[in-house]
Amino acid sequence: MNRELNVLWLQSGGCGGCSMSLLCADGRDFFGNLESAGIRLLWHPALAEENGAALQGLLADCVAGRIRLDVLCLEGAVMRGPANTGRFHLLAGSGEPMMAWIAKLAAAAQYVFAIGSCAAFGGLPAGPGSITDACGLQYEGEQPGGLLGAGWMSRGGLPVINVSGCPVHPNWVLETLYALALGELGAKALDALGRPRHYADQLVHHGCARNEYYEFKASAEKPSDLGCLMEHLGCKGTQAHADCNTRLWNGEGSCTRGGYACISCTEPGFENPGHPFQQTPKVAGIPVGLPTDMPKAWFVALAALSKSATPKRVRENAVADHLVVSPTQKKTGLR
Amino acid sequence: MSRLVVGPFNRVEGDLEIALDLIDGRVREARIKAPLFRGFESLLVGRPVLDALVIVPRICGICSVSQSIAAAAAIADACGAVPPPNGERALNLMHAAENLADHFTHFYLFFLPDFAREVYRGRPWFAAAERRFKAMRGSAAREVPAVRTDFLRVMGYLAGKWPHSLSIQPGGSSRAVKAAERVRLLALVREFRAYLETRTFGDALENIAAIHTVESLTNWRETRAPESSDFRLFLEIARDCALQDLGRASDHFLSFGAYRKGDSPVFARGHWYQHVVHALDPAGITEDHSHAWLAATDAPLAPTHGVTQPLLDKPDAYTWCKAPRLYGSVVETGALARQLIDGHPLARALVVESGGNVRNRVLARLLEVARLVPLIEGWLQELEAGAPYFAPLEMPRHAEGMGLVEAARGSLGHWITIEDGRLAHYQIISPTTWNFSPRDRNGQPGAAELALQGAPVQAGEDTPVAVQHVVRSFDPCMVCTVH
Repeated sequence: MNRELNVLWLQSGGCGGCSMSLLCADGRDFFGNLESAGIRLLWHPALAEENGAALQGLLADCVAGRIRLDVLCLEGAVMRGPANTGRFHLLAGSGEPMMAWIAKLAAAAQYVFAIGSCAAFGGLPAGPGSITDACGLQYEGEQPGGLLGAGWMSRGGLPVINVSGCPVHPNWVLETLYALALGELGAKALDALGRPRHYADQLVHHGCARNEYYEFKASAEKPSDLGCLMEHLGCKGTQAHADCNTRLWNGEGSCTRGGYACISCTEPGFENPGHPFQQTPKVAGIPVGLPTDMPKAWFVALAALSKSATPKRVRENAVADHLVVSPTQKKTGLR
Repeated sequence: MSRLVVGPFNRVEGDLEIALDLIDGRVREARIKAPLFRGFESLLVGRPVLDALVIVPRICGICSVSQSIAAAAAIADACGAVPPPNGERALNLMHAAENLADHFTHFYLFFLPDFAREVYRGRPWFAAAERRFKAMRGSAAREVPAVRTDFLRVMGYLAGKWPHSLSIQPGGSSRAVKAAERVRLLALVREFRAYLETRTFGDALENIAAIHTVESLTNWRETRAPESSDFRLFLEIARDCALQDLGRASDHFLSFGAYRKGDSPVFARGHWYQHVVHALDPAGITEDHSHAWLAATDAPLAPTHGVTQPLLDKPDAYTWCKAPRLYGSVVETGALARQLIDGHPLARALVVESGGNVRNRVLARLLEVARLVPLIEGWLQELEAGAPYFAPLEMPRHAEGMGLVEAARGSLGHWITIEDGRLAHYQIISPTTWNFSPRDRNGQPGAAELALQGAPVQAGEDTPVAVQHVVRSFDPCMVCTVH
């Protein structure tokens, strides 16, 4: 085990939902688990005792190097407006833009984690209609840059680690921290967008409970229908990088298990899909967003074939909210 | 007279700063500053109507379901949509589960750790409070996240995930509950009830809800030692610290009414003024911009005509928060208001005795916890196998809608206008916007600003602990306040 990791968690232009999600982590003893993994929470806005002057002292100590800052976690977008003054978020009690605090602390930290899609890419506060000039730590949507700049590296030699998601899954955060504590979080552990590959190398489609409907292109037509959500209801699970359907949320769930589309919230720019979120954009009746790594001609051919082969059971259940046709009982035993 | 600027506060949602003018060891005046502006209303205008269901939960990570329920209600109002009975129950269940988890989190992780601070060492209850409630180290702090996580598994079934679910729709829920799942949900709720009854209350929830007078509450507290349950320990701390004398606001209370049964809310709608419940006319709600960094308006505006245009360097402005008023009056909202207006006898008795204050606000949350669990069990029992959870809706080209609901922290309203099938206007008033509003053009301080007046400040305190009690008694959500 390496030395203890000092972790500081701050919030800016976000909703606090990633912290609320973090608290839903598996395990019987949240704080004990962190401790035994060698993670010391210097401060967290929802959990710590100190506030006011005590916190400002702590931040100043981190900036000056009097307290070793191993990991800075930022939740929420960086608020640059108006006119690059950062005045849309002045850190309470300090009169100073949060943007400036983040830059100073990032320079002092060994590693910087963007917690959630707002901190990573800008997220909703940076979406269409935004008047706050919000951005991510090292990205503005898909474009590298953001607050810290495209080539920026932390003292520990990594770019910002983008634990994206809206919100993040608690274990995406914790497993990334644990990997760092074990000395296993190097450049190879991150994908091209700086996301930890332990969750970003999966697709939401993997393990989706609607897979039989997907195979036969038996599609849901309205919310609560059991069928595949890709053809009509806007689901991007075959393209979105995340392991939501193999890891599951709140013990039992995921977006597609909740009856609604994956909106690809781990991807930059998810907030601006260019179509209604719950409606699939199509050209000539074919969804524009095809499954990742699938040649279009093959997808069209296979979709046509599987549609023609859809069993009655799958076709009818797809447009009902509970099973209306059960699987046939085979009389001869399974072979 | 001296001035003290306090902040940031933790264990509140979002960033918060308070300027205090002190005289003779007490707060003379308080000005509450919400220092973060995200501009959510402008993100909504121009969007396809149902996109609101993706955007509004992300206003707030702790009351995201409440925001979704309010948006769904406003859209349903505009469309004339009515969820089928199962859909109504599923929405009630998701909403109540979130509110319950919020109250539970507030009590243990946000409010009580302040009583395990050094300043209270020497009080007879301190050792017990420190053992149990110390931030991140007390035995409750170690148990509660797991209990909360287990309970929120109900959201895994009903909502896909929490926070930020799209199951909540104007036509009901996108997630029908299977028969086997209903049994598992009942088991999860039973487990949560067991924790509440053994550790939190030390009594059956029904017995807590049946405490109807201040005297019977005292009798109940005295029948066993303070350490026998967390509620008793809280009541003992509240008695010793006279929390009933701290943090009184306007004593004008508002509730939009919570959860649905057909056309009416399960917890009643209304406003309590001068010891009487009055019917609520939403037309009496206006917002004042005089002390916010927002473009001024000639008169306070109804939310149907509200605007949100940032304007820094404005004289007299000190926050991003607007000042909502009901018939021009400063109101307080939250669990105390909800239980009071619904007519729970203990809530009535407490308010008649000592008004809105730190003790009564926290007590009302716990009373509501005791009342909500049986309601949740009832809605689960009522789910009807095979019956629909969702009814399709017709989206009008032009319409107006209003969604008035209750989040854990109080009254939450969404007002929308649809033009050409898109959102043309969107205004939101959140519970903490009511409670943590700044002064209005008549100079009336907001509810929490009023509640802070008179709070004691000990020599040498840079973040006075009494001020923290008052602030946290409202369970503020600053990210909602300025969406």
